[in-house]
Amino acid sequence: MSILEEAANEAAATVGAQEGAHNVMGRTQWQLTWGRLRSDKVSMIALVVVILMIIIALAAPAFAAVTGHPVDAAYPDTGENAFGNPVAPGVNGFILGTDSAGRDLLVRIVYGARISLFVGIVTTAIALVLGVAVGLIAGYFGGIVDTVLARFTDAVLAFPYVLLALALATVFGPSLLLIMILITFFSWAGIARIVRGQTLSLKEKEYIEAARSLGAGPFRIMFYDILPNLLAPVLVVGTLYIPNAVVFESTLSYLGLGIQPPTPSWGNMLSDASNFYQVAWWYVFFPALFLLITTLAFNLLGDGIRDAMDPRTERLIAARRMRKRSLRRKNAGTPPATVQLQQPGN
Amino acid sequence: MAIVGYLIRRILSGLVVVWLVATASFFLFFARPVETVARQLAGRAATPQVINEVIQNLGLNQPILTQYWHFLDNLLHGNLGFSYYTGQTVDQVLKADLPPTISLVIGATILWLVFGLGVGIISATRARSLFDRVASVGVLIGLSLPVFVTGELLILFIFQPLYSHGFHWINTGYVGITSGIVPFVGHMILPWITLATVQAAVYTRLSRGQLLETLGEDYIRTARSKGLSERRILYRHAVRAALTPVVSQLGVDVGTLLGGAVVVETVFGLGGVGQVALEAVDQDNLPVIIGTVIIAAVFVVFANIVVDLVYAALDPRVRIT
Repeated sequence: MSILEEAANEAAATVGAQEGAHNVMGRTQWQLTWGRLRSDKVSMIALVVVILMIIIALAAPAFAAVTGHPVDAAYPDTGENAFGNPVAPGVNGFILGTDSAGRDLLVRIVYGARISLFVGIVTTAIALVLGVAVGLIAGYFGGIVDTVLARFTDAVLAFPYVLLALALATVFGPSLLLIMILITFFSWAGIARIVRGQTLSLKEKEYIEAARSLGAGPFRIMFYDILPNLLAPVLVVGTLYIPNAVVFESTLSYLGLGIQPPTPSWGNMLSDASNFYQVAWWYVFFPALFLLITTLAFNLLGDGIRDAMDPRTERLIAARRMRKRSLRRKNAGTPPATVQLQQPGN
Repeated sequence: MAIVGYLIRRILSGLVVVWLVATASFFLFFARPVETVARQLAGRAATPQVINEVIQNLGLNQPILTQYWHFLDNLLHGNLGFSYYTGQTVDQVLKADLPPTISLVIGATILWLVFGLGVGIISATRARSLFDRVASVGVLIGLSLPVFVTGELLILFIFQPLYSHGFHWINTGYVGITSGIVPFVGHMILPWITLATVQAAVYTRLSRGQLLETLGEDYIRTARSKGLSERRILYRHAVRAALTPVVSQLGVDVGTLLGGAVVVETVFGLGGVGQVALEAVDQDNLPVIIGTVIIAAVFVVFANIVVDLVYAALDPRVRIT
């Protein structure tokens, strides 16, 4: 969690710094951020992967239509070999092979993407709203309100979520709604902690005092004056929480506490696949690969946005260019004396 | 003497947390009607008399407060209730499954701290070197891999090929340390790596960031200008200060570690408390699950007290009061 906090701190620190440059550059903070993000190849690849993944998830029925294999249709004749085991990728028109029931693995994975992304994005959105509200209130009012909320947040953060999921799934039975509630419950606390920290420092700023002396009420100050300044860290944290939620959902489904078969989810597919790793490597490999690509892309994008919001990044990029140039000169036999004089970062 | 008072206060507040968790868990028993629970336990073909008997035997017909009192009373005597199925006491059930869980958690923690802090420190001292770049890619992959995916991939790409070629040292399942250290390590190595991966990634990142920040502080420059050796500056001055936030993060991560242990035990079929709890879900064996939750809460509280003490020992600015 504290990595996220660090990220948020950095992102927030830049908001103020960039406002100074605002008029000179004639560009808004978001334009600057986007400009830096666009020059970072890794982030752009991550963004493209994220968008592709969303398109794939939305187009899941199209995959079923094109392959002619509905998501729940089993093909005992073509989709299983003589021993009743899954068939390999490419065999009998199954592009990524089949699963243990002779269903098209590609179509199942694509439908699994729907669950993962849906759970990831929706729970993160709800957790952001909750976390921002709690963090703002705790940070702004302080005192006993803060103490109670902060203690509660700490308790939630320290609780072993898998165990609570176990207990609740036993009592209420596993369902999509239950795991979404669980994920939200365990996500808002970290966000609240970050927002609280930011609010604590923002509320001491002069413009808040100005707003108060103009007669603004606490809620107006919180939501009109403080909240807009929190958008940058919240955006970064949001991007980094989505992969967390995706991992969370797949873990619970893997343990049989989340999405129940035959509804495909990457987690429950891997759980089933673990019985077949000796005969069908693809059944383990492809769901795992999609899961890894998705979480990796979101993590890289989150890191990229954080860096892009940081004006120090500009200097880093400049320094890197400088170093490359000096290397080239070294290789060409030119003494790098002039480069030494120019301190990278100025 | 201050430390005794501090310890007493911490233990008391820890007990309050455990009590809260226990009470919340207790009310989970009543989230479903008693009849339903009894019917499930008695089996499909149960007559109303049998169901009544089950209710009587389990004491489910007494007023809630009486049951709550019994529950707390038992808890204070270290009795977590009886498994609905085998009739064994829950602590007996869990005690039998502790060795795999403890071996897993301790081994993984050592691996994770050694790798996480080690790689973090090396990366920070050689920022932007090849090692640092490779490490940061590794960290991102580690962060993005769910525990069970790491486990499944290790089985698929390490255990399975080795095993089918007659190399049986690395294995799944649990073998006690009593049957020799070599087979024990062979069985535990993949689970340890699996559980340590995600955490090591988090700590590499954290310790690298903290150390880089600390190395930029003025007092490090002072130490350098005094002519101290780089090694002494790094280990006596920088690492000690940089590690304090890392240690406080440890307290938060104990819970995550226990959750991860449940998953790893399931992936590698180690048995253990987590896997037993997971099986109890299938059987609707609520006392076993609640026992696990309470034990986990005690463990988390205890670990947090230890972490706070270590924190105070590391950071001279923190006073125990």
